[in-house]
Amino acid sequence: MSKLGDLGARLHRGEVGYDFIGNRKIWYGLSILITITAIVALAVRGLNMGIEFQGGAVFTTPKSEVSVSQAQEYAEEASGHDAIVQQLGNGSLRIQVGGLDTAQSDKVRTELAKDLNVAEDKIAAELVGPSWGEQIATKAWTGLGVFMILVVIYLAIAFEWRMAVAALIALIHDLTITVGIYSLVGFEVTVGTVIGLLTILGYSLYDTVVVFDSLKEQTKDITKQTRFTYSELANRSINGTLVRSINTTVVALLPVAGLLFIGGGVLGAGMLNDISLSLFVGLAAGAYSSIFIATPLVADLKEREPAIRALKKRIMAKRAGEAAKGESFDGPDAPETAVVGPRASRRGRAPEHRG
Amino acid sequence: MAAPKKGRRPAGGQSRPGRALALILIAMVALTGGMFWSGHTTPRLGIDLAGGTSITLKAKAEPGQESAVNETNMNTAVGIIERRVNGLGVSEAEVQTQGKENIIVNIPRGTNEKQAREQVGTTAQLYFRPVLAVTNGGPAVAPSAGSSGSPSATPKPSSSASGSTVGEKSATPTATGSAQGRALTEALKAPSPTPTGKASSTATPKATGTPTATPTPDAATAALEKKYTSLNCLDPKQRSAAGQGVKPSEPAVACGEDAPGVWSKYLLGPAEVEGRDVDDAKGQLDQQRGMWIVTMDFTDAGSKKFQAITGKLSSQADPQNRFAIVLDGEVVSAPSVRQTLSASAEISGNFNQQSAQDLGNILSYGALPLTFETQSVDTVTAALGGDQLEAGLIAGAIGLGLVIIYLVAYYRGLSLIAILSLGVSALLTYVIMALLGPAIGFALNLPAVCGAIVAIGITADSFIVYFERIRDELREGRTLRPAVERAWPRARRTILVSDFVSFLAAAVLFIVTVGKVQGFAFTLGLTTLLDVVVVFLFTKPVMTLLARTKFFGEGHAWSGLDPKRLGAKPPLRSSRRAHASAAGPVDPKEA
Repeated sequence: MSKLGDLGARLHRGEVGYDFIGNRKIWYGLSILITITAIVALAVRGLNMGIEFQGGAVFTTPKSEVSVSQAQEYAEEASGHDAIVQQLGNGSLRIQVGGLDTAQSDKVRTELAKDLNVAEDKIAAELVGPSWGEQIATKAWTGLGVFMILVVIYLAIAFEWRMAVAALIALIHDLTITVGIYSLVGFEVTVGTVIGLLTILGYSLYDTVVVFDSLKEQTKDITKQTRFTYSELANRSINGTLVRSINTTVVALLPVAGLLFIGGGVLGAGMLNDISLSLFVGLAAGAYSSIFIATPLVADLKEREPAIRALKKRIMAKRAGEAAKGESFDGPDAPETAVVGPRASRRGRAPEHRG
Repeated sequence: MAAPKKGRRPAGGQSRPGRALALILIAMVALTGGMFWSGHTTPRLGIDLAGGTSITLKAKAEPGQESAVNETNMNTAVGIIERRVNGLGVSEAEVQTQGKENIIVNIPRGTNEKQAREQVGTTAQLYFRPVLAVTNGGPAVAPSAGSSGSPSATPKPSSSASGSTVGEKSATPTATGSAQGRALTEALKAPSPTPTGKASSTATPKATGTPTATPTPDAATAALEKKYTSLNCLDPKQRSAAGQGVKPSEPAVACGEDAPGVWSKYLLGPAEVEGRDVDDAKGQLDQQRGMWIVTMDFTDAGSKKFQAITGKLSSQADPQNRFAIVLDGEVVSAPSVRQTLSASAEISGNFNQQSAQDLGNILSYGALPLTFETQSVDTVTAALGGDQLEAGLIAGAIGLGLVIIYLVAYYRGLSLIAILSLGVSALLTYVIMALLGPAIGFALNLPAVCGAIVAIGITADSFIVYFERIRDELREGRTLRPAVERAWPRARRTILVSDFVSFLAAAVLFIVTVGKVQGFAFTLGLTTLLDVVVVFLFTKPVMTLLARTKFFGEGHAWSGLDPKRLGAKPPLRSSRRAHASAAGPVDPKEA
């Protein structure tokens, strides 16, 4: 582990560093590719919507002698609809039947209890009317919309509009990837999935905000120096917060992995599994996007600003001049090449207690 | 949670870590004490963890009455559903509104869930219709046990004879055939001008579109009588089909249960009074007569209508002097009328406490212009609930364990602070959840457990942000004590900004969503708030205190703050010299 600490130190000193901004086109390309794949998958394959969104019933039976195929037969016979039967980790069966209404569901439950030879009250039943899922989905969309508007406003005030835009793009990117993976793999979309997706909202931004915070701090006095361009400083802040990003992602993913393992391994299916699956995918996408997408986007947007562009010009001119004088300059990621610059930004930042 | 405010000072300022620690200690002791004092030492479990049935209803306003779905009506409905469900003998059933248009009914396990669902489900359409004929529940061709129907019942009654045929089948022996027959024919014809007149004048082509709609009242009567004759109330399917899709303005057939398993079928005139005309109704004990009665009060409009119907009915003979209280197409009661009544009335008869109160509830319930649609019914067995709870707890334990292992491996001694902070956070979360049960009816459900587990990451991240800041300061050559203080303002800002975003997400989710999503959002929001509290009042002060110890202060190899391991430049005693050194060519952080 001290290796990571060591890496952290070297990242901190800028001895090592990956040029996230310089290589941004690669990552943009990759993201666009993934996003297009996700959208195509969504358009072609659609989503495997669970019972909650279609209406129907899910019965969970206790452990019994009845095999999966037998149970399916029983369920289809009792309901007259197609049934999906899964065996769960503890030997119980999960039987899904679409298109049942309240009265039918009771009947099917009674029949199943008879067929499986278990007491009726030992069978758990979840009955969902077709409009319930719709209601949840509508509310989730509303929530998504409201949240995005509020977050853009907040980020625009706390940071600046460019960061708000970049964060929003990264957020949409994360959601698209997650939904795309659901479509590609054919995971069932349930209320749990929706919860997971909505949580990604907060988490993806949480991660982005931390990087932005460091970026804001680093570039506070950017126009007062002529050593680094905005993009170079952005790259620095990504590298500077990289260890934190890795740690945060690991620490966030560990409990979710625990949920996924338990949800999948012990219970077989259900809420725990659904939430953790979408969270897992979304968190991974969120960590990726705040580093590879959100911050480079801010740099791109910022570099269009006249003041920043002028600064870049000045810096380039200065560097060209220095190169002409015979000093070799390997670029911003090799600070060991002894460039003594004015300490303008350090002074600007020195009090440090301004919060 | 407040937005990060510039220049805001934490309660545990640099110099007074003790005060902040005392504050959080007092809070912890007070909350924990409160928990034990209140006797609720475990969080209340939701239906999905404890077992039971959870029913979600959605209110639907009738067309033209969209404003009816409002807080007052919803609260009244909640009260009535609560009474009805708890009338089944369970006192722990809870009924709550959720969002603007949903009602959640949670019934703990051990209750007759089917019966409860019926009580909750049979809700809305209440009409008073005059009774035209009544007979035992079987079809005319197959008289069932207890039948008082006369053998003269013919399977194919002719239009002209139908009136007396139906009348003869009446369960009441005192009625004379001719009177009943006349009354029935009249009753069937009397209201028809309104609907038929409308249909013929405005929508004759429409009438042809629907096969059942026939232009002449006679034909309609014949069709209805045929339906009535063949209706078998003993068949649940026919029973529910009979009452469906009937317009209140048209005559109808319906079934009613007189006693368990004993059914009567009714031929009914158009609705004269609607559920919303009833202002209030109650089942109560008449002290003087020592019997249970149901009292009804009508609204102003209702009084007039009720006066009209009772005036008409009171002069008739049985059964045409009766009006049927029809709830969702089923006759719940059909009392006879002896005199003209208006604003208030009572129904007396063979009631016991239960049936009187049930009818009272049904009448009041019908007074709401709301229909409820069952959105979902979730029945969780005790075994499944237990499994889910166990799985959630195991998952939480595994998650917490993994996080602790990672923190220890990476942060060494520093992880002690992180683990303590996580512990404080967990304790506060638990105690507050336990207290919120009795306070606001908070129930821990599976999504809430998930929310808490996910929150481990968010909480731990705050420490990571702070620790990484401290390490950055150490790497610049500072000693620990100034590093801890210098790192704090910047870490504080990051923590506040990111927690604010997280809290915003939780709050928006909580406000706009329903059901399970809400439970999740609530826990996430709560833990995010607690994270801020813990970082400010616990982590930071403890860090300040520990920086004074030899183990941490001198950067022991296992403290996680060893400057050598962190790759810091040679340690410097004062920050002034660190500053000077930082100006050197290899100062990386500063541009």
